[in-house]
Amino acid sequence: MKQIKEYELIIIGGGPAGLGAALSAHQNGLKDILIVERDIFLGGILNQCIHNGFGLHYFGEELTGPEYSQRFIDQLEDTSIEVKLDTMAMNLENTEDYRFVHIMNMEEGYQILKAKAVILAMGCRERTRMQIQIPGTRASGIILAGQAQQYVNLEGLMIGKKVIVLGSGDVGLIMARRLTLEGAEVVACVEVMPHLGGLNRNYVQCLKDFDIPLYLSHTITNIRGQRRVEGVTVQEVDSNGKPIPGTEKDYDVDTVLLSVGLIPENELSSEAGVELDPRTSGPIVYENDETSSPGIFACGNVLHVHDLVDHVTEEAEAAGYAAACYVKDGGCVTENATRIELKPDSNITYTVPQHIRLEDIEKNVRIYFRVRQNYHDPVQVLVRDGNNNQIAKFKRPYMFPGEMENIRLPRQLLDRVVGNELTISVEE
Amino acid sequence: MKQEVICVICPRGCRLTVDPENDYKVTGNFCAKGVPYGKAELINPTRVVTSTVKIDGEKITRCPVKTDQAIPKKEIKNIMQEINQVNLNAPVKAGDIVIQNILNTDANLVVTRDID
Ligand SMILES: Cc1cc2nc3c(=O)[nH]c(=O)nc-3n(C[C@H](O)[C@H](O)[C@H](O)COP(=O)(O)OP(=O)(O)OC[C@H]3O[C@@H](n4cnc5c(N)ncnc54)[C@H](O)[C@@H]3O)c2cc1C
Ligand code: SF4
Repeated sequence: MKQIKEYELIIIGGGPAGLGAALSAHQNGLKDILIVERDIFLGGILNQCIHNGFGLHYFGEELTGPEYSQRFIDQLEDTSIEVKLDTMAMNLENTEDYRFVHIMNMEEGYQILKAKAVILAMGCRERTRMQIQIPGTRASGIILAGQAQQYVNLEGLMIGKKVIVLGSGDVGLIMARRLTLEGAEVVACVEVMPHLGGLNRNYVQCLKDFDIPLYLSHTITNIRGQRRVEGVTVQEVDSNGKPIPGTEKDYDVDTVLLSVGLIPENELSSEAGVELDPRTSGPIVYENDETSSPGIFACGNVLHVHDLVDHVTEEAEAAGYAAACYVKDGGCVTENATRIELKPDSNITYTVPQHIRLEDIEKNVRIYFRVRQNYHDPVQVLVRDGNNNQIAKFKRPYMFPGEMENIRLPRQLLDRVVGNELTISVEE
Repeated sequence: MKQEVICVICPRGCRLTVDPENDYKVTGNFCAKGVPYGKAELINPTRVVTSTVKIDGEKITRCPVKTDQAIPKKEIKNIMQEINQVNLNAPVKAGDIVIQNILNTDANLVVTRDID
């Protein structure tokens, strides 16, 4: 094994989160930065997202996925940031002073690298059929939407002629349009929930534009076919998600596209002892994106699933800044800082960060969260302390679970908090 | 005949009703932005088309492309046919024009990713 090489900062993953974090750490004074990416390109999932709709918030214009990442890749050129492509981070070890990243690639083989700080930016992977359990045969032709996107957009392969989509998340909607444009017939999109999983604009531009029907409160209850999928049975479900007998409808299709969600990819994080939040499946972090392991930070889809890449970049820039502080001054962290837990009320699924250190908040702290149900009418987001005193109130004209929300809490207000917790709730 | 249109300008997704017999009057909009959107959706709905074309790249053989402006929705099919004829030679840069003024829509078909 080669001698251990040392970096100030190693970033695992070269998607928008990794790129944003690297550039921000560099701007904040770090020189020895390495990005480890297992793919042969930088850009992460954006390489296969050839549709437009990226960057409206960050750049104020609508870009395609590849264009969005290209803007960051271009900025790398004028920096000392090193990139290792086609290189897998295999293992992450945490000690008091250093982090050790075990990597593997064809050219250099197995190597252990040493870093003062590490940023986790490994993104997500797709949920699989096993995780949602559809009965039926194990025929070929059942494919994950993101996998299909990779085949079609990066390799120019077609995946089927007659397709049904299960799940109405954005990836499924986008792929329904993409496959139609490439000549396939998409017979329907089926969603078990009573509401759309993805964004409205994707419903309009991907299904409605092409007259693809959407069946809400429906699911696939059987898949037929021996070698290749030959058809499916679709059934309506009741309010408990149970199929209603007598509502069966058969479709002859050769392909079932599954769009049933993403989960953060955190094997490396758990191995390093980073504590995970069961609500997000990502690391538990402080106000500066630092995990429970000092010196290890997280941002992007590995931390929680984002619907907009603009928020990924914003979060990544904050993580890069925090990692730079950590390397330069051993962290901007005050010793024995006042720790405040953020508690989502029952109508909120999670918050990121999960806790904050009061003294370390310079001006304000941004809190990302998601609501559990659709709110079509104006609502208030309320923040209360342990004594049930209202600390802050934010108005929103509407809120949907499919859209990540955020609020900014100013330090001034936080100084008034009594006790060690803050509850965040939504009221109509 | 009045028609229903879902506004996609913001995620609220208002269900607009547009009346072509009454100067395309829009109702059901929560804010003013819904009015021109609803009108345009009936008179001349437009979309940006994104797809891929063949390329002889070193590491990749598909190149992503888009129309640099929204084009009339009814032209999407024809534009896809044009796109499917294209064969590019690497290297290309994001922004390179592949087809100028595609099907006289005033939009250019442009590359969206650098490929060597
Ligand atoms: C299909 C799809 C459509 C989307 N559409 C939109 C949209 O229209 N508009 C919008 O704003 N947002 C959209 N998003 C969301 C946005 O693109 C993502 O939130 C964003 O790309 C996440 O960035 P990331 O860097 O966290 O993850 P990723 O882009 O997934 O990058 C993670 C990178 O880490 C690498 N990696 C993982 N593990 C390792 C390891 N062990 N060693 C080395 N490298 C590793 C991966 O190869 C990958 O390159 C979409 C997302 C998807 C999946
Ligand atoms: S009308 Fe206004 S509020 Fe309603 S969806 Fe359109 S932009 Fe949003």
